[in-house]
Amino acid sequence: MQQFVELWVYLSATPLFGLTATLVAYVAAQAAYVRTGHAPWANPVLWTVIALALLLGASGTPYPVYFSGAQFIHFLLGPAVVALGWPLWQRRAELRSRAKAIAIAALAGGAAATSSAVGIGWALGLPPELLKSMAPKSVTAPVAMGIAEQLGGIPALAAVFAVLTGLIGAMSAKYLFDAMRIASPAVRGFALGTTSHGIGAARAMQVHPDAGAYAGLALGVQVILASVLMPLIAWAVGDR
Amino acid sequence: MDALRGVAWLLACQSLGEIIARGTGIPWPGPVVGLLILLILLNFRPVRAPVAAAADVLLAHLSLLFVPVGVGVMTHLGLMSAYGLRLALVLALSTWIGLAVTALVLRALWREPLAAGEP
Repeated sequence: MQQFVELWVYLSATPLFGLTATLVAYVAAQAAYVRTGHAPWANPVLWTVIALALLLGASGTPYPVYFSGAQFIHFLLGPAVVALGWPLWQRRAELRSRAKAIAIAALAGGAAATSSAVGIGWALGLPPELLKSMAPKSVTAPVAMGIAEQLGGIPALAAVFAVLTGLIGAMSAKYLFDAMRIASPAVRGFALGTTSHGIGAARAMQVHPDAGAYAGLALGVQVILASVLMPLIAWAVGDR
Repeated sequence: MDALRGVAWLLACQSLGEIIARGTGIPWPGPVVGLLILLILLNFRPVRAPVAAAADVLLAHLSLLFVPVGVGVMTHLGLMSAYGLRLALVLALSTWIGLAVTALVLRALWREPLAAGEP
């Protein structure tokens, strides 16, 4: 027993622990997600995070120790954002022929999500740092962190809000679209990619190939539009 | 091998993006500048197959990449509980408003059936 405790103390302090735990938990959650037929409530990100949070809590592992291993996965978010160029390039003919519709929808959706978050948050009396961290929440986490920093928000919080927004969209969009009688997989996927970024797009890709393609396209468009426009707007408004 | 070469391209684009963003002081995230550089590079045929292989792997497992940040939500539990209910309300409402507006605008603008030949 003593030996086991020593072994655990050693293992849990190495990056190996965080990396292994993340991958094992995700693979298990993904398998369960597939078994439920991709039920929205079985979202693999949600259950992986819950399982890891419980594991860290039960073993008394501080987040920085976990992150020393998980950072290898986290790091891949940067190259993944660059990789969004590939689905954009593949669909460049469509992008060009429907450029106006795509740009207007992405702008309208992004503006609606951002302004309603800041507006409702302001009306409910949330402090300004929170509002600034919330503004880019519909953009994928690493980009949201960068934008929040530019706006004077808290990058870590921006990432948290982005992840939560992604999860809310991925888990509830099906019911919202069904209620709104929006059937087109392309429209559903595009809206998920625009509002709920990578986590929403991942859901769309698993459910329907058309929805996935448009979610990937929306994700790339949204990332570019938001990073170009938000700092400009903040600058124009004279904020910070 | 192709995927590995593709990762090298992606990282090179990202690095160049960071250099440009930080060097010029343009307030754009480095990876986004990298994405724009990649869009230019994809016009060259030798870049395409490797980038496609790497991008397909990365984007197929996109949701895994959000797990470390998601676990980090725990470290902000204090703040979350202080504003918990209001935060939840703001996040949920604004997400639904964003989804609904995007879908309605797109449907209004795309009257003709989309990409008819696709599965």
